[in-house]
Amino acid sequence: MPNLLAKGRLARWSGVAGASLVTLTTMAGTVLAAAAEHAPDAAHGGEHASGGLPQLNPANFPTQIFWLALTFGVLYYLLSKKALPRVAEVLEARQERISRDLAKAAQLKDEAEAVLAQVEASLAGARAEALTLIGQASADIEANNQARQAALSADIAERLRTAEASIAAAKEQALANVRTASADIARDIAGRLAGVDVDQAQADAAVAAVIEERRG
Amino acid sequence: MDPLHQFQISSWFQIILGGYDVSFTKSAFFMVVAVAAIYSLLVVGMANRSMVPGRLQSAAEMFYEFVANLVRDNAGHDAKPYFPFVFAIFMFVLFGNMIGMIPYTFTFTSHIIVTFTLAAVVFVFVTVLALIKHGLHFFTFFMPHGAPVALAPILIPIEVISYVMRPVSLSIRLFANMMAGHTMLKVFAGFTVMMISGLGALGFVTGLVPLAINVALTGFEFLVAFLQAYVFSILTCLYIRDALELH
Repeated sequence: MPNLLAKGRLARWSGVAGASLVTLTTMAGTVLAAAAEHAPDAAHGGEHASGGLPQLNPANFPTQIFWLALTFGVLYYLLSKKALPRVAEVLEARQERISRDLAKAAQLKDEAEAVLAQVEASLAGARAEALTLIGQASADIEANNQARQAALSADIAERLRTAEASIAAAKEQALANVRTASADIARDIAGRLAGVDVDQAQADAAVAAVIEERRG
Repeated sequence: MDPLHQFQISSWFQIILGGYDVSFTKSAFFMVVAVAAIYSLLVVGMANRSMVPGRLQSAAEMFYEFVANLVRDNAGHDAKPYFPFVFAIFMFVLFGNMIGMIPYTFTFTSHIIVTFTLAAVVFVFVTVLALIKHGLHFFTFFMPHGAPVALAPILIPIEVISYVMRPVSLSIRLFANMMAGHTMLKVFAGFTVMMISGLGALGFVTGLVPLAINVALTGFEFLVAFLQAYVFSILTCLYIRDALELH
């Protein structure tokens, strides 16, 4: 509530009000006293006015106007000088306190929001960092895995090759042994059955021919 | 049994001042009571100046803000300096009416001379105010804006009469309302008493009807007591606005 009682203007207008009251009291007093003189039979206010409203008995007018002017004047003076400024003061103080508290609350809210924003920013930073770390780690693991896989495959291929080579060698050896044995057996058979002494080279050639034939 | 007897004014001690009888009467006493009650409500109520008001302080602040809003809404923002005047008028009339609702008291607002003097104070106040604010320009108030000049001989007397009649209507409205209400209460109360004394035992039963009406009327009278104080001050605000703005 704005101050309704600016000091200077108040003084001026209480003057106006006071002047109005005084003027009026004098005016009305004069008129009514004249009226009272014309009604001498009703001149005693306390007496029972036979018929008519007691309010219209002019004998009561001067006292009522006088006391009204006095009491209302005192009331106006007391209110405007003492009572109302006091109320205005309290209301203003309260208004001020409320707006100050509101401003404080708004400021605290801003601060809290700033802190929240900060926290969220650092949280996002941490999250991004964690993601980078995870990515890096999984890339490392992947690379490691691939390297080990490649080494393992190379090792396996190498062993396979060695094993195949030794198998092939053993097979060749076995085949050669079969051939020699066959030639020997064939020469032995030929010698025993036909009495023919087949020489070594011939027997070898014949066995080779048969093997070729069978293979073919 | 005269329902108008309550409006009689009895002198408590005689004072003669400058040839006039200004005796201290029942009416004067209740005016003093009203002023004392208003002032103590505000001063005692605001004694603590609490940030969070108690009951009495709430009441004092409520009256203050009620009248402050009344002045702001009806007399405009320029009317702030006259707030104490309207506040004094409102409280004086309201307390005068309300004190009158207490049995065995006297309602000084039921006297035409009191309401007329108050209305005349308002009238003189706004007229002096308008003259100070606008000087001789004030008299253009009696010629409505944009009305043809030819109508001036008719319009100006009408406007002047309606302006001069303001204190009359203002005072008669308040006086008549208060007097009529109090007279009615007395008349209905009188019915009950008459029935009891006239009809004997039966009167105690039938007498309940006017008594019930009186209960309702009492409630209604409280409304009227507030409403008339409100109307009186709202019209004061409107007159102040006219004085400030000259429409």
